[in-house]
Amino acid sequence: MANDNMKQPQREKGSVLLEMRGLKIEGESDDVWHPIIKGIDLTLRRGEVLGLIGESGAGKSTLGIAAMGFVRPGCRFTGGSIVFDGMDLIAASDEAKRKLRGSRIAYVAQSAAAAFNPAHRLIDQTIETETQHGIRDEKTAVADAQDLYGRLRLPNPTTIGARYPHQVSGGQLQRVMTAMAMTCRPDLIIFDEPTTALDVTTQVEVLASIRSIVEQFNTAAIYITHDLAVVAQMAHRIMVLRYGNLVEEAPTREMLSAPKQEYTKSLWAVRGLAKPESPNEDAILSIEHVDAAYGNAVKILDDVSVRIPRGRTVAVVGESGSGKSTLARVVTGLLPPSRGQVVFNGAALPPALKNRDKELLRRIQMIYQSPDTALNPRHRIYDVIGRPLQFYHGLSGAKLEKRIIELLEMIELNESYIDRLPSEISGGQKQRVCIARALAAEPELIICDEVTSALDQIVQEEILKLLLRLQAEFDISYMFITHDIATVRAIADEIVVMNQGKVVQQGPKTEVLSPPYPAYTELLLSSVPEMDPDWLTNLLAKRKVANQ
Amino acid sequence: MDLLSGVPRGQKIEQGGVAFGRRGHMHPILRTVLQRLGLGLLTLFIVSLVIFSLIEMLPGNFAKRILGQAATPETVAAFEKEIGLDKPAHIRYVTWVGNVVQGDFGASFASRVGYKRQVSDLITPRLKNTLFLASLTALIAVPLAIGLGILAALYRNSPFDRIVNSVTLTTISMPEFFMAYILMLFLAVKLQMFPSLASVDADTPLWERIYRCALPALTLTLVIVAHMMRMTRAAIINLLASPYIEMARLKGISKSRVILHHALPNAWAPIVNVIAFNLAYLVVGVVIVEAVFTYPGIGQLMVDAVRTKDMPVVQACALIFAATYILLNLIADIISISTNPRLLHPR
Repeated sequence: MANDNMKQPQREKGSVLLEMRGLKIEGESDDVWHPIIKGIDLTLRRGEVLGLIGESGAGKSTLGIAAMGFVRPGCRFTGGSIVFDGMDLIAASDEAKRKLRGSRIAYVAQSAAAAFNPAHRLIDQTIETETQHGIRDEKTAVADAQDLYGRLRLPNPTTIGARYPHQVSGGQLQRVMTAMAMTCRPDLIIFDEPTTALDVTTQVEVLASIRSIVEQFNTAAIYITHDLAVVAQMAHRIMVLRYGNLVEEAPTREMLSAPKQEYTKSLWAVRGLAKPESPNEDAILSIEHVDAAYGNAVKILDDVSVRIPRGRTVAVVGESGSGKSTLARVVTGLLPPSRGQVVFNGAALPPALKNRDKELLRRIQMIYQSPDTALNPRHRIYDVIGRPLQFYHGLSGAKLEKRIIELLEMIELNESYIDRLPSEISGGQKQRVCIARALAAEPELIICDEVTSALDQIVQEEILKLLLRLQAEFDISYMFITHDIATVRAIADEIVVMNQGKVVQQGPKTEVLSPPYPAYTELLLSSVPEMDPDWLTNLLAKRKVANQ
Repeated sequence: MDLLSGVPRGQKIEQGGVAFGRRGHMHPILRTVLQRLGLGLLTLFIVSLVIFSLIEMLPGNFAKRILGQAATPETVAAFEKEIGLDKPAHIRYVTWVGNVVQGDFGASFASRVGYKRQVSDLITPRLKNTLFLASLTALIAVPLAIGLGILAALYRNSPFDRIVNSVTLTTISMPEFFMAYILMLFLAVKLQMFPSLASVDADTPLWERIYRCALPALTLTLVIVAHMMRMTRAAIINLLASPYIEMARLKGISKSRVILHHALPNAWAPIVNVIAFNLAYLVVGVVIVEAVFTYPGIGQLMVDAVRTKDMPVVQACALIFAATYILLNLIADIISISTNPRLLHPR
């Protein structure tokens, strides 16, 4: 490559590039400073990929961007040192740090859709770092960016840059962002959960692209994620963080084969959970040949038929855009189908929500993906759970309060929570409150739309266990929408695989999850990262062979 | 709307989709603009109804008021017949709207036999004056407000930001007439830089006109700058927490470029809306400033017409004011839509 000679001169592998000693960072909320990073040591050598793993709130993102000498607004460094290639990043002037950012240390953010400026074309954003730092002129920068687009296997590398961020897919955006980080051939790239927002099938491609380009340019990287299986594919060494402390640090293979700390082991938690399936011929809900579309647009659902047995869980799996959430909207009546019908307890449901009576509404409840947005921030738990009790059961006064406390006990919270606001409880507790709200109606069917996707592994396991227990106690049926195969294994009796608005496969869990698979199920299942650090390499090799 | 109505109509939709396929090729911005334009006209029509009905509901007899208490019933009846007040309200409304559509606002009640005064002749020079003062003020105030807003966002929480904020807040908090007299006292009486009265007529040359309008324009600028400036600042600062702004910072982009190149292009929609609101105020709300500087604008004309019960003039002014609001908001809508890349560059 013509531009290889403009790489930084000293690139020998193995010398220390970044060193943090006793780093402490504090964040401010409600005028109180509390520690986020509590004294962490970190050493990164040239060409090395370090995985940072932990749950939300562990401080991994904060630590990652601290490697650029940057703290988010409302945070501050309170101790320790960060030395990047001989330069103290805490003491350095803003201007010196600004010159470093983008050119020698680059950043790849979690949500590419949000991290690209909607107002500018991709190519302009890609080359901005180079032109603004005066590294290259626009023309050579564009040529180089197109070369990088090609290396990252983006379609039409010469023309894709003319598009705006909303005009390309999430997986492509993430690769464009990687190209953007690579433009100045930095010594270090911080990858902050780059594939978390992507579907598994897209994730495989992005992971492969990132790994190959980091190897090509011998770039050091800090790879932040909460997914151990993903980090296993990417990192040479893994650091596990919790509450701003280092829990455990080891080379990847060592960490995977013999995690030492209890906490590290618990990160696998959900993957160990599996429910035996039990068939039931009595269907509570059957969706029959349903088509649906928004406005005059193309069909989102195309001849979908799904049967949900009473007191069982049907997991609907598929990628974003597969129509699984639309299916939930059809069942709830938010989107009347354009063809077909939904039969509930032997009788056809009125297609539109407004034609359903209170009793029907009561019997089908819904739990959403993000408890943060599903709860009114100004309503106390009393109001949240009390509302359906008043509405469906006409409870009030002491009876109402007694029932709310019962429901809180069901979701394993004590009555002290009754007066709290959603902001005063944790994410997992919020999701429990959402479950209690659904339970308050005493429904027969609960539609769970990605209810564990926004939660950490350990919390996910607790929520799934709670849902299973409630199912056993009250004989509730679940339609469980998810893209996570581990969750499916944990909770489903039957599985429906959807792709592009069609049902690809459905049947009992063991049948769907064991070969022979239809092509799409095969692709979906094989794309789910496994703990084996050679998984990605083997998978790519296998797919390459298959394509030849 | 289609999103909400759902699609219970099955097959028909698909056929419709083919038949109206061409409509899909119309650029979404053009389609939105046409929609807004249609809505604007509809609003204007409703406003005309409201204005007319309100005036109908006013107590008292216009003819009697205009002719004076001494007028005999016969003269009143004759006058009513002359100006068309004898006809029922709905007929008069239809005639009025029909004429307005053709550009004829009718004759003023102040007309006499042989001395017919057309409303449009009364309004045209006044409206020109008002639009001139409004444009002059806008030319000063809008760039000033946006510039100050950007600087305040760039140096937020600095002494500069605080001073700009508190000064503009002070000027917006003072009554207009008070501001006008203060400026008159210092700039016209003490320093004698500008004339204290802004009397212009059709023959005043442009530079002279600008010179005479300086004080009212300055007064109005001080009144409207704060609102626009604070919105510019707030709209930009609101975006500074966005992930793409953090990304720009982490790319090592300079502070000023982050604001101008990354935040501002995404902040136009709220800013433009506030600008439209203030420009509309410059046309419809400046009667006090006109009065203080005895500037012959449309606001004064309307107030005079209300006092003399010259209803055709009042109706025409009210309609013009409504049209100004609708037009400016329409323009603001179009600008905010066209700065949205999602609409400008559909997938």
